[in-house]
Amino acid sequence: MDKFRMIFQFLQSNQESFMNGICGIMALASAQMYSAFDFNCPCLPHYNLAYGLGILLVPPFILFLLGFVLNNNISMLAEEWRRPQGQRGKDPAVLRYMFCSMAQRAMIAPAVWVSVTLLDGKCITCAFCTSVPVETLGNASHPSLSQGEMKRVLARIPCKEIYNGQEFIANEVAVRYLRCISQALGWCFVLLMTTLAFLVRSLRPCFTQAAFLKSRYWSHYIDIERKLFDEMCAEHARSFAKVCIQQFFEGMSTDLATARCHPPRKAPADAGEAAEKLLGITDRGTMNAALKSWHRCKPPLHLHPPVLPSSNGWAGEKQPPVHPPAPRRETAAYFSRV
Amino acid sequence: MDRFRMIFQYFQSNSESVMNGICGLLALASVKMYTCFDFSCPCLPRYNIAYGLGIMFVPPVALFLCGLILNRQSLVMLEEWRRPQGRRKKDLAVIRYMCSSIMQRAMVAPVVWIIVTLLDGKCLICAFSSSVDPEKFVGFANASPMQVQQLLAKVPCKDDELMRNNTSRKAVSRYLRCWSQALGWSILLILIIAAFLARWLRPCFNQATLLQARHWSNYIDIEQKIFEETCCEHSRLFAHKCILHFFESMRQEIKLHSFGLPREGEGAEGEEDLLRGITDQDQVNKLLKMWYYEKPPLDVNQVTQR
Repeated sequence: MDKFRMIFQFLQSNQESFMNGICGIMALASAQMYSAFDFNCPCLPHYNLAYGLGILLVPPFILFLLGFVLNNNISMLAEEWRRPQGQRGKDPAVLRYMFCSMAQRAMIAPAVWVSVTLLDGKCITCAFCTSVPVETLGNASHPSLSQGEMKRVLARIPCKEIYNGQEFIANEVAVRYLRCISQALGWCFVLLMTTLAFLVRSLRPCFTQAAFLKSRYWSHYIDIERKLFDEMCAEHARSFAKVCIQQFFEGMSTDLATARCHPPRKAPADAGEAAEKLLGITDRGTMNAALKSWHRCKPPLHLHPPVLPSSNGWAGEKQPPVHPPAPRRETAAYFSRV
Repeated sequence: MDRFRMIFQYFQSNSESVMNGICGLLALASVKMYTCFDFSCPCLPRYNIAYGLGIMFVPPVALFLCGLILNRQSLVMLEEWRRPQGRRKKDLAVIRYMCSSIMQRAMVAPVVWIIVTLLDGKCLICAFSSSVDPEKFVGFANASPMQVQQLLAKVPCKDDELMRNNTSRKAVSRYLRCWSQALGWSILLILIIAAFLARWLRPCFNQATLLQARHWSNYIDIEQKIFEETCCEHSRLFAHKCILHFFESMRQEIKLHSFGLPREGEGAEGEEDLLRGITDQDQVNKLLKMWYYEKPPLDVNQVTQR
């Protein structure tokens, strides 16, 4: 577990290596999914091609979309793309950089699936077994069959138990042939992908380094700014909630005290912090009333300045904002939030 | 797990160690890939040689390119090579040193693949079974040339119906495997001797230049890392100031548009500060809307000058 935690910490140390971590996990998941998948060739003439090519091409597409979904930055990209210009200009180079880096990472898991599928050989064997060149590979002396019959026989090549064309073409010969083609395609695909990745990575410093540095800085900036804004809003919400609830309790305690015709109970000066934290509510009935009021009638989302003690309490649930005794103020603003 | 942590920390201690670590991992990955790979020779006359040599040489090229891609220093070297001169001269010796060290590390995984392939023998048996001299082997000496080609091509496939009980097949197979393993061990020996000589004789030539080149290549690498970190730090501070400025400007706007009651209340002052003057549902909604519709300009000059 310690090893796992250390790897986890290393990957989380910055955003890019976190993304690389997710990308690697998805690649491993895709290889594992392939080995767990139970491949069942239908061994029928037209279904083979559909099944084989479907297994080869549909899961990579799903993995590609999943790569985008799991990437946190997709919402950031969408937000930056759709926001109104306002006072801050939009830079299309930054958007392109963000999209390209996300697309590159999302391509890795599908490429792994396609490579593993081709190198394993079952998909291509299933899809193209009806196209095996019987003249070159098969036995020279055999009674000729019609096209349809031949296709039906050849379609059963992947299913060894029901294959009945041993006199036309040996099963192992056909399977070896198809597998060889599949593995050759697989290695060519791997080589192509690595060459593309190498070119993309190495041509960049040769041509557009300055623009790249700029786009990278601003895309990090947008990410950090969004996170910091969320943090500040969370902090603000916390303070807001704290003050709102404090004011609610104070209001409750004052109201109940006035309803019972004695002054709001002030904790004696030397009672300590614990008594203050009771917020004036010290018996079961009061607490129950407070809880009921919190459920039935939450206070408005409007904080007012702290109440100065006044003898003219309101029986209503809310406290009016009291203006300080400044001589220039002549009107008092009472807000009614019923 | 303490040992693992120590190893991990050692490898992260400097960038050369990181690269050595990656190089080692790639070599292990190459061995693992070879063992997982299901080698199946086509056992057909012309396809054999294409398949056998393909499996021996195409994956090493892909591994070499992977080694270059995963190595951070290759990017650093390219940038240093292509940058405009500016006010800092370019030292070709440094670039050459970096290039050679990158190439050496990238060559390890392909060489491991080739050696493992040769020592295992399947590739060479598959590729060259049709090219052995049939006269040397009893079972194949009496067949016609066409038949001989077909039969020899099927030698790598043990389970083929023609080859199942053929003793000459084993002879051909042993013969080719012996050649393959001899080749593998020879290449390994030559490479190790070459590496040994290179390391041992290097201090005799240009030691001072080498030390300089190594120092400056480390320097360039570290300088780039620190630049990236400083940029991150800077963008964090920039974002912080920008957002604070935004909250301040919202507070000013609210004060202008309403009866701003002076905040003389005692108690909960810390909280009031954190609230930054925004104490109302409508005000919060307005702030969030402004954040989306009109992001503040990327200019914190007024803030820093205050």
